[in-house]
Amino acid sequence: MLFTSYGFIAFIAILFVVYYIVPKKWQWPLLLMASGVFYWIADPRFIIFICVTSLSAWGSGVLMGRINDAQDLYLKENKETLSKEEKKAYKASNKKRKWHILLGCLILNIGILSVTKYTNFVINSINDVAHTGLKNVDLIIPMGISFYTFQTMSYIIDAYRGTVKPERNPFKVLLFTSFFPQLVQGPINRFGDLSKSLYEPHRFSEKVFSTGLMRILWGYFKKLVVADRIIVAVTALIQDTDSYRGAYVFVAMFFYAFELYCDFTGGIDITIGIAQALGINMKENFILPYFSKDIKEYWNRWHISMGSWFTDYIFYPLSVSPRMLKLSKWSREHLGKVIGKRVTVYLAAFIVWFTTGLWHGAAWNFIVWGLMNFVVIMISQELSLLYDKFHKKFGFKGKAWYSVWEIIRTIFLMSLIRMFDCYRNVPMTFKMVGSMLTSFNLKIFTDGSLLKLGLNKYDYWVLLAALVIILSVSIYKYRKGEVRSKLYEKPWLWYGAMSAMFIAIIVFGAYGIGYDSTQFIYNQF
Amino acid sequence: MEELMDILTELHPDVDYDSCTTLVDDRIIDSFDIISIVSEVAARLDVQIPAEEIVPENFNSAKALAALIERLENE
Repeated sequence: MLFTSYGFIAFIAILFVVYYIVPKKWQWPLLLMASGVFYWIADPRFIIFICVTSLSAWGSGVLMGRINDAQDLYLKENKETLSKEEKKAYKASNKKRKWHILLGCLILNIGILSVTKYTNFVINSINDVAHTGLKNVDLIIPMGISFYTFQTMSYIIDAYRGTVKPERNPFKVLLFTSFFPQLVQGPINRFGDLSKSLYEPHRFSEKVFSTGLMRILWGYFKKLVVADRIIVAVTALIQDTDSYRGAYVFVAMFFYAFELYCDFTGGIDITIGIAQALGINMKENFILPYFSKDIKEYWNRWHISMGSWFTDYIFYPLSVSPRMLKLSKWSREHLGKVIGKRVTVYLAAFIVWFTTGLWHGAAWNFIVWGLMNFVVIMISQELSLLYDKFHKKFGFKGKAWYSVWEIIRTIFLMSLIRMFDCYRNVPMTFKMVGSMLTSFNLKIFTDGSLLKLGLNKYDYWVLLAALVIILSVSIYKYRKGEVRSKLYEKPWLWYGAMSAMFIAIIVFGAYGIGYDSTQFIYNQF
Repeated sequence: MEELMDILTELHPDVDYDSCTTLVDDRIIDSFDIISIVSEVAARLDVQIPAEEIVPENFNSAKALAALIERLENE
């Protein structure tokens, strides 16, 4: 069931009504049922996978909880008799038991994710290298498996670390994993952030509900008016690589940047908006990413839940593991302080970006995309001292024009790296990006060529207007804060904006005859 | 505390660690800096900071970091 289908709109409309009518204690079970229906419609077989993941996490959590409870009781009862060393040894033995439980749960779930998503990638890679001619396997890839597996893993790792209390009710864990708005394209929520508002009863609040509704409309506006319109041109540009070279690649780069932004942030707006209308708080997944002044800042603002997941559960544990610390010590002693202190950080960052690429898709273009991010981040890290000196000498930093330059530079760089995701073929991406330097067909901007990409003048005007609106809202947000809360202060403005948004989606949304509303780009990850 | 201040100052000499309480929140130090701090603390103070302790509250100020190291030493 696509977010953009009439069926889905009817589905959430019914859910909203029933949710606020049923007794409050039935609200979260209702959400679990709704999530089950949503997943069942996608493919009934998917339910088996998500149940296995949820129940394994629940079972592991319960076992860890029992160890924690027994430990607390034992330490309390023997507070006076145990020495500090004995307490330490007892805790260490319990931690080891919990580690084994965690390991079992991680192996099971990462195993499921790996087999379903990466088997054919491995087969194809073997075929490419060894020319073996192995056949691909027809496997089910459950919708949102990368998202819900990571979300569930964060729960069980947090339970192991003791930062969340394991949930005893298996159905509550199942709801945390399967809450339907997040199944399409995330965000990857943390149990500590989501659980409280997910399970607690919610009384209807006009402000909360209409704010959620406004956010849903904003998401549909970005998805239907922009992403699903511009995708026609993007598809044409990336599919016909013989015709569309040089300046066309430049156009494809920025069209895709605009499409992906509206598609992904639009989808997340719908997800967070639905949750908000139900009284459930989700953390933001984007904070004005195209206003970033460098690539590090960009990754702190774009797909935040994924970035923080990789940082918290791979980068930090890997970097501070005893082996890495040993390597750090060795490299300082043998390679000198300057290089030595970089070895472990860069090694961990390399692994993180490799896995980030692999997480996005079982294909080399995604891995190269991840590693390109790694390379750019490393270069900018190494140049940071030089940049600081440059900024100090010339005093550009902080000036408006220089900030705009930094923002444009970051957008350009990120859009360029994203071409690996766009063309889905590593040699082809290099070839097409290279053509920007060899084919100077700049006349396409004036001779009407851009009107032959499946978009007419009307479409370009709509896209331009949408760009101005989105940019204006973003600038307002950047300077003064949340737009919705300001609009809500004046009812005539609030309902006026809501009606305008609704009309804009109906009139300018890319759907109906000749258009096929597409799934969200991030759904495939 | 003195050794810790040396570690932090070597990383970012311009920062006033006595007064700053938003090192992570204001992106004065990033994840790379945090790993450098953890490695230095392990090498120079012989205290291993586990991954679960790498949260903004423990790294937002020199004082919070010193308190964390002291707690880990006493555990």
